[in-house]
Amino acid sequence: MAHAPVAHEAGHGGHHAEPGFWSKYVFSTDHKMIAMQYMFTGMALALVGGFMAYAFRMQNAFPGINVPGFGMVSPNEYNALVTNHGTIMIFWVAMPVLVAAFGNFLIPLMLGCDDMVFPRINRLSYQVFLLSAVVLIASLFVHGGGFAGAWTAYPPLSAKPQYSLTPLGSSLWVVAVALEFVAFLLGGINFVTTAMNSRAPGMKMYDIPMVVWMIVIASILFMASVGPLIAGAVMLFMDQNIGTAFFDPDRGGDPILWQHLFWFFGHPEVYVVLLPATGIVAEIITVFSRKKLFAYKTVLYTVFGTGVLSFTVWAHHQFIAGIDPRMANVFTITTLLISVPIAEMMFVYVATLYGGSITLSTPMLWALSFIATFLIGGVTGIFLGASGADIFLHDTYFVLAHFHYTFFPIAIIGTYAGVTFWYPKMFGRMLNETLGKIHFWGTFLGFNGIFIPLFLTGVAGDHRRIWSYGLFPEQSTQLLVDLRVFATCSMLFMLAFQPIFIFNFFWSLRRGEKAGPNPWRANTLEWQAPSPPPHGNFAELPRVYRGPYEYSHPDRKEDYWPQNAPA
Amino acid sequence: MSAATRPIANTRSAAGVPTGRLAVWWVVASEVVIFGGLLGSYLMHRLAHDQWSVQAANTNTWIGAFNTLVLLSSSLAAVLGHQAALRGDGPKAARQLYLTMLGGATFVVVKAFEWTHEIHEGFTITSNTFWSFYYTAAGLHALHVIGGVIIMAFVAAEAKKNLELHRVELIGIYWHFVDIVWIFLFPLLYIAK
Repeated sequence: MAHAPVAHEAGHGGHHAEPGFWSKYVFSTDHKMIAMQYMFTGMALALVGGFMAYAFRMQNAFPGINVPGFGMVSPNEYNALVTNHGTIMIFWVAMPVLVAAFGNFLIPLMLGCDDMVFPRINRLSYQVFLLSAVVLIASLFVHGGGFAGAWTAYPPLSAKPQYSLTPLGSSLWVVAVALEFVAFLLGGINFVTTAMNSRAPGMKMYDIPMVVWMIVIASILFMASVGPLIAGAVMLFMDQNIGTAFFDPDRGGDPILWQHLFWFFGHPEVYVVLLPATGIVAEIITVFSRKKLFAYKTVLYTVFGTGVLSFTVWAHHQFIAGIDPRMANVFTITTLLISVPIAEMMFVYVATLYGGSITLSTPMLWALSFIATFLIGGVTGIFLGASGADIFLHDTYFVLAHFHYTFFPIAIIGTYAGVTFWYPKMFGRMLNETLGKIHFWGTFLGFNGIFIPLFLTGVAGDHRRIWSYGLFPEQSTQLLVDLRVFATCSMLFMLAFQPIFIFNFFWSLRRGEKAGPNPWRANTLEWQAPSPPPHGNFAELPRVYRGPYEYSHPDRKEDYWPQNAPA
Repeated sequence: MSAATRPIANTRSAAGVPTGRLAVWWVVASEVVIFGGLLGSYLMHRLAHDQWSVQAANTNTWIGAFNTLVLLSSSLAAVLGHQAALRGDGPKAARQLYLTMLGGATFVVVKAFEWTHEIHEGFTITSNTFWSFYYTAAGLHALHVIGGVIIMAFVAAEAKKNLELHRVELIGIYWHFVDIVWIFLFPLLYIAK
């Protein structure tokens, strides 16, 4: 094919001197290397967060057990484990992998340019992120242990060490979270500016691949929502350490203020991580059903709608916090409204699949399971968005199962979908399909086995933050005990399948089949670069002639039509 | 980063706005939300606590007004510096930026004296939630002033050699933003009594 770029052909700028180890892997300004740094850091922290889940789920199902590899879980350790599990999985796994790693890797490649517009700010963003991760991990080992006031850090629990019993851990936690926000603000500005300004010649707004749109909109949502929480983090830190009383009702402060600041960020944050995952799914289902994305613009408008609405729903987290019931009505309505654009997006994805020539490859399995499981998360959210039902279900395992049915598809399934799909581009080799499918089914079945029972225990009244149900005879019926044990065994089952992925990942780095530039026969620009793309990405920077989803075009012999192929 | 290694991405302008200007506007947008969250919290508290006016009566409106004047005048210098940069007159732009920096430094010094006095009077950051907000909001703003002055020193040093003149505009945008935050802080903390 005439348009396929040839590797290392007359590079531009002539700056391809072979760099040393430090400048290549550690202090690189190359967007692909920074993406790898984010991805590996995020995945390493996923192991930490997963280990925490293992420890507290064992304690939850078998109270007082000596957890193999961890030991006894004391009540305060239990609190620290659930707190840091939540914090790590959202801020140090979902954010770096979905937004930062895929954003960094895909945006310049998919837009057909050689790097981010600000490569050094990009590097700084990762360095600040790494520092934040170090601070968080360090907080687990200080006197008193890691922060134990829940990942939402409601004061006065988080503000007063005599309640949380973690004087240093809680301050370090706030510092780590604030640093992490700074890292993503730096990264987000880079993403948005790059997407606005550095598109390949000929690439119009509606020629941008959906995943880039999603990551950019997610970055804007993040930027627009995180500010109040940064201010809140400063206030909380001063409450903890200087003795101010912003959130202390005894001295004229207001603890509900923190909840507003936190959830004003916290709810858009759900969409910040959701949108990149849905974007990844959009890329995968079009490639593996060989069909044009159904209603590109509709998807885009639903995302805009979701983004705007996501700023108006936050108080549905506070229905029992003593807010005005009239306000609860307003937030019930907005919360139920936001399910409309998301449901529309799901329908559009199903419509894309309809009538396609579907290949059930590993990435496609992940993408389809994303749609199926996220649907359950979305539907159960409607119960919780209605203030009447929420008053009954609030802070039970039903809530916990609900948001794991949203976050697991986002953070874990979305990540596996993206990694299995772009692995050939990242490393130039194919992953093993058989191992990939075994890993998929183990993870998928295990995940559902964990959280379906927890919906039931939640409806039966299990509260989220209980160290041992042995202390609650009415919650210790044989059925409830069995459900908790079943959930924990499912988790062990799921964890047992994860080494397969790790093995597959590292084994394929050396032994995988050579991928070639475009193994999936996809249209978007990253597949027109060599695999893995060299520094500078494209031998010749591409020009764009059409949208990203021209699959099975009737006038063409091949069933795909790369964006940069002249008509 | 020298111009030779600047990525080609940086030279494109699909949106029709220079990349640097676009990025600074996004920085300003994210800062607006940070200060918005803080001032929104303050306003909600203030509306719910009439008794704070007793505390607010102890702030010195005249010192606040003087600082407002200083900061606004320094923005004028930043604009003149931008004009000089547009004409390609780097040394002149640098001189105007030095004036802007002088304004920023004056602002911070005046603030330091003001705060010393107030702390001696017994109005510390922990004495009341009004004072907590007073020191937090003005302190965060002062940090932005100090940061702006430091960055401006680098921009001015380059501009003096007629290098990177477009940065004079970028730091100017940021400086106006710092100004505007103060225009919100001044009435909220000093005038409303």
